[in-house]
Amino acid sequence: MKVLKLIWKNAGRHKLRSVLTVLGLALAVMAFGLIRTFIDAWYAGARAAAPDRLVTRHAVSIIFTLPIAYREQILQVPGVKDITYGTWFGGIYVDPKNFFPQFAVEPESFFRVYPEYVVPPDQMQEFLQDRRGVIVGQSLVDRFGWKVGDPISLIGTIYPGDWQFVIRGVYYGENPDIDETAFIFHFTYLDERMRQETPGRAGQIGWYILRIDDPSRSAEIGARVDSRYDNSWAETKTETEKEFAMTFIQMSEAIIIGLRIVSYLIIGVIFLVLANTMAMTARERVSENAFMRTLGFRGYHLTGLILGESIVIALMGGLVGSVLLYLVGTGAGIALSQFFPGFAVTLPTYLGSVLAALVIGIAASIFPVTRALRVNIVDGLRVVD
Amino acid sequence: MIPPSYAIRNIAKRKITSTLTILGISLVVFVFAGSLMLSNGLHETLVATGHPANVTVIRRASQTEVQSIINFDQAQVVKSAPEMSRDENGNPYLANEVYVLISLPKRATGDEANIVVRGVNDMSMALRPNVKLIEGRMWQDPGSEIIAGRSASERYQGCGIGEKVRFGARDWTVVGLFDAGGTGYESEIWCDIIQASDAFRRPVYSSLTLRLADTSQFDSFKARIENDPRLPLDVKREKDYYASQSRTISTFINVAGTVISFIFSLGAIVGAMITMYAAVANRTKEIGTLRALGFSRFSVLTVFLFEALIISLTGGLVGVAAAYFLNFLQISTTNWDTFSELAFNFRLSSSILIQALIFSLVMGLLGGFLPAVRASRLRIVESLRA
Repeated sequence: MKVLKLIWKNAGRHKLRSVLTVLGLALAVMAFGLIRTFIDAWYAGARAAAPDRLVTRHAVSIIFTLPIAYREQILQVPGVKDITYGTWFGGIYVDPKNFFPQFAVEPESFFRVYPEYVVPPDQMQEFLQDRRGVIVGQSLVDRFGWKVGDPISLIGTIYPGDWQFVIRGVYYGENPDIDETAFIFHFTYLDERMRQETPGRAGQIGWYILRIDDPSRSAEIGARVDSRYDNSWAETKTETEKEFAMTFIQMSEAIIIGLRIVSYLIIGVIFLVLANTMAMTARERVSENAFMRTLGFRGYHLTGLILGESIVIALMGGLVGSVLLYLVGTGAGIALSQFFPGFAVTLPTYLGSVLAALVIGIAASIFPVTRALRVNIVDGLRVVD
Repeated sequence: MIPPSYAIRNIAKRKITSTLTILGISLVVFVFAGSLMLSNGLHETLVATGHPANVTVIRRASQTEVQSIINFDQAQVVKSAPEMSRDENGNPYLANEVYVLISLPKRATGDEANIVVRGVNDMSMALRPNVKLIEGRMWQDPGSEIIAGRSASERYQGCGIGEKVRFGARDWTVVGLFDAGGTGYESEIWCDIIQASDAFRRPVYSSLTLRLADTSQFDSFKARIENDPRLPLDVKREKDYYASQSRTISTFINVAGTVISFIFSLGAIVGAMITMYAAVANRTKEIGTLRALGFSRFSVLTVFLFEALIISLTGGLVGVAAAYFLNFLQISTTNWDTFSELAFNFRLSSSILIQALIFSLVMGLLGGFLPAVRASRLRIVESLRA
């Protein structure tokens, strides 16, 4: 107990310096935690993937469409329990910067295959009965101040023209990783207009979502689906929903790598700030340490004292940083909810940030400890500073 | 005045502390400069892709070539516009092109990414003077031969010269490589337009790229096309078109870079403050002596501030020097506006250099100011007694 008190007193000897060090550490810990949270949010789509869902798309790339006629054929493949399909609409709401994903889907099977998109039953009924109806995510409603019954007009970028919709329902996600920014409407609305205006583009969808009975056989079932369309004009590529989400994430891999590097550089800055403080402390206490040695304190006592002080400062930085992280992270989560549905600071991020501070506390004391142990008593006492 | 060499000698005296502080500041400046260089590189690559005299025509509201569809009749109307530039045989300088994305595995990781296949006509090369064959030859059998951009051939499996790529239910042999002066075209594969339409079953064009006889006629040309009820098309200067394609990702890089640099710089300011407060505390007696010798409060303040600025400027120079090496690094990432992968370099510019150094000086000023004020306020008698 006495030792702890001594450590605490030592840490408080230069109050201003200790406060600044803790502040510097706290800021860096917060930045580190925010970047980790950001990277986590990037992977939210992959985390939200269900193991019993497969995605079938055109083998050449996602911009090519598949005929709607594949639906019945794929459903015949053993192991496929259910199927739904959809396509990317890519419309502009007022201004291109109001981006949000829009999907034209076959509604009944869509909500059957995606039970985590929860819609109140009465709204669902309304939606199913209105061909221009649309179900929107909770965070879109918050972003644009929409309410059920509002008419919405989109300008098509892939499907030209003005498109009129009416909001018939609002869904929310069963867990935080579910994207609540989607705009989901009837494929038939899109398809009927295509049939009239550009018949060549009718009956074409972007992807099928397959529900399978045994997730452990996903590779086998996927291969069976794809082999059915080998050498046909529209060859398919089937993969698990997670793999599909990962291909999108990997496309921006360079950015994720950049952020990871920055997060390590931040740890570097925390280290430099603390190491600087500890180096100053070591310089100031040379004669004091020698004095303690003459009183009979051993090398490990001094080691413990210096290490302890460093860890105390580092942990305080880690804790203050976690509080900042909580405050800023919550604010950022609200501000970014339109772009990063899964932006939330998780417990492992808090623990990781504090742990990083702790490890740095230990590392920063290495130099002062070796210095304190190396100086012999006579030399140490001779210092007159 | 206290000679500036006093400050410099002091920095050199406390080697460890000065080095740690300089390193801290240099890391922050490195990240700051790095993010600016990234968005500059992206911007330059895309802006350089557009030729100042070229005009791009895509379907109205489609934003990018990949979403755009222009049918043959519409293209014909555009071709006959009086503003068109024509060669000696009366053929308009107009490239009608098909633009599709295919996913191919990357050489480095085996992960798939989207690469652009552009079906081009005879005018495409003429309209893009920076595109030059550097290896191999042009296709002779357009049904099975293609040429690849230099960066695409390095990054994707099957895109090197002599290798084969499969798309559109055919195998294609890469017979030539082209350089495009570091522009976006280097990330593409080019093939013959007729073959591309056939292989991808796209009996339409994605975009028209053309040149006007006189660039000053752009407005009248744009008005003619956009007001024609038969033509649901958008007319843009090619430079503007490509600049708009970097919007999302460069906004992202700028915002993320600014936020990170800001939080990060607070850490470095605190670090500089710790160092400077310690410098003041250690030299209390010295400061008292200086004051007793007749140096004014102001000159004590100045010399300590100068010391902080020298430390931060050194940090800034180290950071920029480290960032300079990023120039040799190529990044490839999906451009969220076009959904295709684009390779570009970090690019340092004199304006980034200046911004980074100013940024480091501001950090030094903010970190050094309070400690310098404390130094200047010390009372002579008390400090001599310390």
